[in-house]
Amino acid sequence: MTPTLSLVPVWTVILALAVFFYVALDGFDLGVGMLYNFAPDRRARDVLMNSIAPIWDGNETWLILGSVGLLAAFPLAFAIIIPAVYFPILLMLLALIFRGLAFEFRYRDAEHRTFWDHGFAYGSAFAAFAQGVVLGAFIQGFHVEGRHYVGSSFDCFTPFSAFTGVALMCGYALLGAGWLVIKTDGALQDWARALGRRALIGTALAIAVVSLWTPLIDSHIAARWFSWPNIAVLAPVPLITAGLVWFEWWSLDNGPDHAPFLGALGLFVMSYCGIAISLWPMIVPGHYTLDEAAASESTQAFLLVGTLILLPVILFYTGWSYWVFRGKVRADSGYH
Amino acid sequence: MPLDPVLLSRVQFAWVVGWHVLLPAFTIGLASFIAFLEGGYALTKRPIFLDLSQFWLRIFAISFGMGVVTGIVMPFQLGTNWSRFADDTGNVISPLLGYEGLTAFFLEATFLGVLLFGRKLVPPFMHFVAAVLVAVGTLSSSFWILATNSWMQTPVGHEIIDGRFFPQDWLEIVFNPSFPYRLAHTVSAFYVTTAFVVLGVGAYTLRRRRPVEHGRLMLRLALWFLAIFVPVQVVIGDLHGLNTLAYQPAKLAAIEGLWDGGNGVPASIIGWPDQTAERNRGEIAIPRLGSLYLTHSWDGAVKGLKDFPADQRPPVLIVYFTFRIMVGIALLMLTMVAAGLVLMAQGRLDRAGWYLRLCQLTSCLGFIAVIAGWTTTEVGRQPWTVYGLLRTADSVSPSLAGSDVLLSLLLCVAVYLVIYPVGLLAMLRIVWRGPVSTEELEPIAAGRHMAPIEALSRATPEAAR
Repeated sequence: MTPTLSLVPVWTVILALAVFFYVALDGFDLGVGMLYNFAPDRRARDVLMNSIAPIWDGNETWLILGSVGLLAAFPLAFAIIIPAVYFPILLMLLALIFRGLAFEFRYRDAEHRTFWDHGFAYGSAFAAFAQGVVLGAFIQGFHVEGRHYVGSSFDCFTPFSAFTGVALMCGYALLGAGWLVIKTDGALQDWARALGRRALIGTALAIAVVSLWTPLIDSHIAARWFSWPNIAVLAPVPLITAGLVWFEWWSLDNGPDHAPFLGALGLFVMSYCGIAISLWPMIVPGHYTLDEAAASESTQAFLLVGTLILLPVILFYTGWSYWVFRGKVRADSGYH
Repeated sequence: MPLDPVLLSRVQFAWVVGWHVLLPAFTIGLASFIAFLEGGYALTKRPIFLDLSQFWLRIFAISFGMGVVTGIVMPFQLGTNWSRFADDTGNVISPLLGYEGLTAFFLEATFLGVLLFGRKLVPPFMHFVAAVLVAVGTLSSSFWILATNSWMQTPVGHEIIDGRFFPQDWLEIVFNPSFPYRLAHTVSAFYVTTAFVVLGVGAYTLRRRRPVEHGRLMLRLALWFLAIFVPVQVVIGDLHGLNTLAYQPAKLAAIEGLWDGGNGVPASIIGWPDQTAERNRGEIAIPRLGSLYLTHSWDGAVKGLKDFPADQRPPVLIVYFTFRIMVGIALLMLTMVAAGLVLMAQGRLDRAGWYLRLCQLTSCLGFIAVIAGWTTTEVGRQPWTVYGLLRTADSVSPSLAGSDVLLSLLLCVAVYLVIYPVGLLAMLRIVWRGPVSTEELEPIAAGRHMAPIEALSRATPEAAR
């Protein structure tokens, strides 16, 4: 390994961005899916679904880029982590099938509309929970020998990972509520703001609990945060997070329409940074660093050329499509 | 009997990819057809093109949505069930999969949203561009995923260090020996599959007069297209077979049911290959014909299955029969197209009820041929995942217990058995209702609320904003 001109940091940033885009974008439409079950009536459900119908598919595509990006940049990590979370991944995929098909089947299979309504809501909820379990399992680490995961397929289910599952559900619900505040108005927006406040309480509690629980299960993480001078340098992370919680509460109460969504995104950014600080520079916690798990330089370089050209193009036309479908979704736009 | 995680993982992969491939087999052709219809409308301004585009878009939305959600399952299979394959080959195949996502999936997903929901929100030209970009996305996806698959079938351009594959020449890896043939054969197969569906739907629409003009146009478009592409597909298929002879002789021997190689080998028409007895039971074969069409010489040398150790032979029975199913369907398709062309020349096409009914019956033929062909090539390359270099048995995730895979397989089976019948029925209903002529547009069809696609695409820009 020549240390000069390593592409690993570049790929780390790209992969981190792809995963974050997935979490932020599919996060809000999974959140809308979870809130869907609590919608007051069918008109409201139609609005909720129409608010994400044109864009959910593009949002979910970041999941593919995230998984394939992990395989491309850090194949060893992919080969260890994914089999270790065999059942959460399966649960997520099957849940996403129901969630994704409900958009069409709710109308095309109208006799079973209630079934597909539930498929949409519970599909979103299970997918969010499963992703949270994956996150929790990732933080707590895996049983690895050589280049393989050697634990059982059920090791990933622990109280901690179950808690992170619920935590991510709260976070996605908060993002979803923020999205709905942007896309709706009147009584429905008030409803979204009210649910958003409940989701915020859950999210804030979850962030606090995970922040305390994580150092307890791993002494390295405890040392990373609580040793001097780290404790002083890293102090802004919890402080900014606390400030964002306050901002989010205020903006859900009476802030401008875009504020709750931005505040929720801010909370995700801070949580994301917190996890990154805890685990850096490991990609398979406790076993392999980013450098050790990286793909061959030729592999990284070959895909990087295209990524640097195509990713800005993708971001451009994704932004354009959001602009095309901008503005409030009216209740009657589904009834012409 | 202990549960074998390798076998169960193979069954699971076959199950999820088998169902998945039916959708690209349809949507890749349909995306191009819709772009053609949108282009036709942009050029001629004839409303019938718009009606047909709207009609097929509704069907496309369902099939594409199913393709997306079943497709996301696929890359994760490499990690969950085939992690040793992922670790060994990740350096070579991952950029190809990455380019598929970057060049295809985002393009398809984003512009499908515009295509379905944006007719009134973007200028007509942009709407046509969206249709073209969705079609380009589907083709780009085929390019990269078949490059990946072809490299696994005919691996070149790499070196092996400590049992793992490292890239040496990316051009060689992407344009590996079987790739051009596989790409042409598969994309052409998908186009033919879609065209047979359009043919059948056109025949139905015509017979039920909902409306006649739309049925006539679909029937003719499909028939002309098939008149070119079915013969072309037969030729490409033959070339692909010769490529297999050169690079995967064991697979070819299994296809031919040829146990004893040599000069002037016979062509096995039908029989029952017996893997343990190493011969075909009840076989009808034509002497020397095999050498003639494989090597273009009466005495050409062809390798037989016995030229390979028993543990390097694919399961002959499956490969032998799926290949014959595929070829049989090709002959059936040629007959259908020829009959249609004759009827059209005689001006009797629209009144030939028996032929229109046959068109409806045969509209699913392409799907059966795709599955049969896919099975031929995938089972035929066993026992390898990377042909000749990495065994399937050495590719599976080491942590998996047989019971884990059995559980996940059962869940996948259950879910797919729910969604496929519902999806098929939903698409059939759209066909039964038929294309809506622009003049007699009803906002609420059959008293039901419209799907978001219809509703939003008909909403005024002001209302939607």
